Amino acid sequence: MSTLELLWFIIIGVLFTGFFFLEGFDFGVGMSVKLLAKNRHERDALINTIGPVWDANEVWLITAGGALFASFPEWYATLFSGYYIVLFLILFGLILRGVSFEFRHHMESDRGRNFWEWATFIGSTLTPFLFGLMFTSLVRGMPIAEDKNIYASFGDYVNVFSVVGGVAVTLVCFLHGLNYIRLKTKGPIRYRAQHVAKRLYPVLFVGLVVFALLLWSNTDFFDKRPVSTLIILLAIIASAVVAAVGTYKDKELVSFLGTGGILAGIVILLFNGMFPRVMIGSADAVRDLLIVDAASTPYTLKVMTIVTAILLPIVLCYFIWSYYVFRKRINTEKIEG
Amino acid sequence: MDILTLARIQFAMTTVFHFLFVPLSIGLGLAVAIMETMYVVKKDEVYKDMAKFWGKIFLLSFAVGVVTGIIQEFQFGMNWSEYSRFMGDIFGAPLAVEALLAFFMESTFIGLWSFTWDKVSPKVHVVFMWLVAFGSTLSALWILAANSFMQNPVGFKINEVTGRAELESFSALLKNHQLWMEFPHVIFGAFVTGAFVIVGISAWKMLRKEDTNFFKKSMQIGLVLGLIFSIATIAVGHEQTQAIIEDQPMKFAATEGIYEDTEDPAPWKIMGLMNEKTNEEGPSIEIPYLLSILGSSHEGSFKGMNTINEELKAKYGDEMDYYVPVNALFWSFRFMAGFGSLMALLSVVGLVLLRNDKLQKMKWLMVIMSLCTFAPFIANTSGWLITELGRFPWTVYGLFTIADSVSPSVTAPQLLFSNIMYFLIFALLGGVLVFLVQRTAKYGPYAEEKEIEATDPLSKEAF
Repeated sequence: MSTLELLWFIIIGVLFTGFFFLEGFDFGVGMSVKLLAKNRHERDALINTIGPVWDANEVWLITAGGALFASFPEWYATLFSGYYIVLFLILFGLILRGVSFEFRHHMESDRGRNFWEWATFIGSTLTPFLFGLMFTSLVRGMPIAEDKNIYASFGDYVNVFSVVGGVAVTLVCFLHGLNYIRLKTKGPIRYRAQHVAKRLYPVLFVGLVVFALLLWSNTDFFDKRPVSTLIILLAIIASAVVAAVGTYKDKELVSFLGTGGILAGIVILLFNGMFPRVMIGSADAVRDLLIVDAASTPYTLKVMTIVTAILLPIVLCYFIWSYYVFRKRINTEKIEG
Repeated sequence: MDILTLARIQFAMTTVFHFLFVPLSIGLGLAVAIMETMYVVKKDEVYKDMAKFWGKIFLLSFAVGVVTGIIQEFQFGMNWSEYSRFMGDIFGAPLAVEALLAFFMESTFIGLWSFTWDKVSPKVHVVFMWLVAFGSTLSALWILAANSFMQNPVGFKINEVTGRAELESFSALLKNHQLWMEFPHVIFGAFVTGAFVIVGISAWKMLRKEDTNFFKKSMQIGLVLGLIFSIATIAVGHEQTQAIIEDQPMKFAATEGIYEDTEDPAPWKIMGLMNEKTNEEGPSIEIPYLLSILGSSHEGSFKGMNTINEELKAKYGDEMDYYVPVNALFWSFRFMAGFGSLMALLSVVGLVLLRNDKLQKMKWLMVIMSLCTFAPFIANTSGWLITELGRFPWTVYGLFTIADSVSPSVTAPQLLFSNIMYFLIFALLGGVLVFLVQRTAKYGPYAEEKEIEATDPLSKEAF
């Protein structure tokens, strides 16, 4: 494995981390539109908290997909064709959700708004669940044939471990969204978000412990990379503690960084455990797919590295600046914008 | 149905639907940026209202464009995994650059533009829109760099061990002469799309005698853009044709419906029917000499499809024929060129009459103009049908066939399910979008923002 191959494996991980950290709270806010808001004012306010930024957050996923295609074409091909229905349903969720904000804005009746709010909710719930399911079943192992394609059956995708993984990611996204709402709003909904979050932390801790046990029984992480896996698991638990403390002590930025840390930790945990593989073969599989099997040529990786080194800092500058522009809280008693 | 047919239907359906909104967003983005610039320069409120009104339609189009775009990036891996393995070393890089360079710019600044009206100075606000327009133009450049490679592979080698195409020169991808015909042709066509949607809706509103001053000014901007870019699109398209005669002779012969080598000078068919089963030309109406004038770079007679098929068999193996869907190409070309020329003509006539204040009196012409809201979409779709169907049987011209590209692990029921679902989703999105654009236009630029009914946020706070 060359340095550049390792670098791009890390970059893919970073891009997915960015996607879950950022779009994670968009998903959580999308769920809150139906689970937390009580009237149209509050729903408007919640959507306005992510209105200017959600689309740019989603570009982290598009970039991750494009970078995956460019740096590890075999991984991209195996993963995307192997998870055909899962990815189709993810697309279904992202499509519904992506138009729902704009379409809802144009609706004149409560019925019309309600329809697109449900689209927001379904898209925001389905997508993180399916991503969680996909990555969890991926590290559990899939039946990869000699031609590098996956010929899997229902149980390979949907099993106790992958469903728990999907639920865990969805729950963390919901909490992450609640913490973002606490950070971005004024008025009663801010305290309601805190109240709901307090009740969910016990569920989260139980879920994380169950997830860790299933990880131990369903994957080879503890055989192949025991020390690092354990350290990252403890870091995830620590992030959850930080998030909980921040919620009880009314420090919303601390909570937000905590839930973001959990999401980042989960991505790092999975990428660390996969290494040096990109797709893990199940017990009856012919093969794994390794970084070295899947990577592009050194020349392409070099070009991509140069392009990324030039562009990414510029992108991050205006991306972060846009968050600075929208730094104000949104008053739930009076809508602006 | 087999997976290959289903996957091809899916690619056609998703790309055609996606490309209804891409050129509209690019074109309206430019138009709105120009309108807002005029507001900053002239300080006339009408231009601000204009940017806001057409901006609403732009945002609707952009939303559908974005969500249908995600499908595009995913489906290469989902439906065409073997193509992705063969081509990933080359094809992935432009897609990744497109996301990094263009999509981040578009999405960030569209968020800023939509949510900062009257919050930042007009001079800063207009820069946001220019960056959105610039970003969307850049995204077209990179995705077309990838498509141009598929049409005319350059700067690569085939790895003898793996059988994969490998990138040898990144700069060659960007210097591909196919790209520098395709990109201007597509981007100018996109500018015409935005322009003619503005012209068409403005004509419709002027016919209804609503906000006449506003829509007259809008139409003027639309017509000027339409005139410049429809002529530019046709000029570049002509150059593109010259290149295709040499690069993809089968594509050219099919768009002209030529089975047997032509005489010299060659006639041009206005209309005709081709028999795709017997590979014979049916009845047609021809104009003598015209094809030789249109294909001016080419000396002498033009090769027919039967001759070209024999040549391709000798070159790539004779286990199959290399005919493309000829009737589809022939008629697509005529739709594209016909509507393109119509828009150029209407731009000239419309501008002259608008300046002399005679346009409003010519109802029939206004009706034609309002119908021409749809003309650019027909032209755009036809253009892509020629480009993509004319590549048959290849995904990458001369290197890799469509039949070899499809995912072996995906099953027909999965594809059938996703095809049906996509169709339903597109029907929903398309229907809602057309309805909302039409309603936005009906309300006009001075519709009151609907009052948000007052509710008591402090009611029932407890759970």
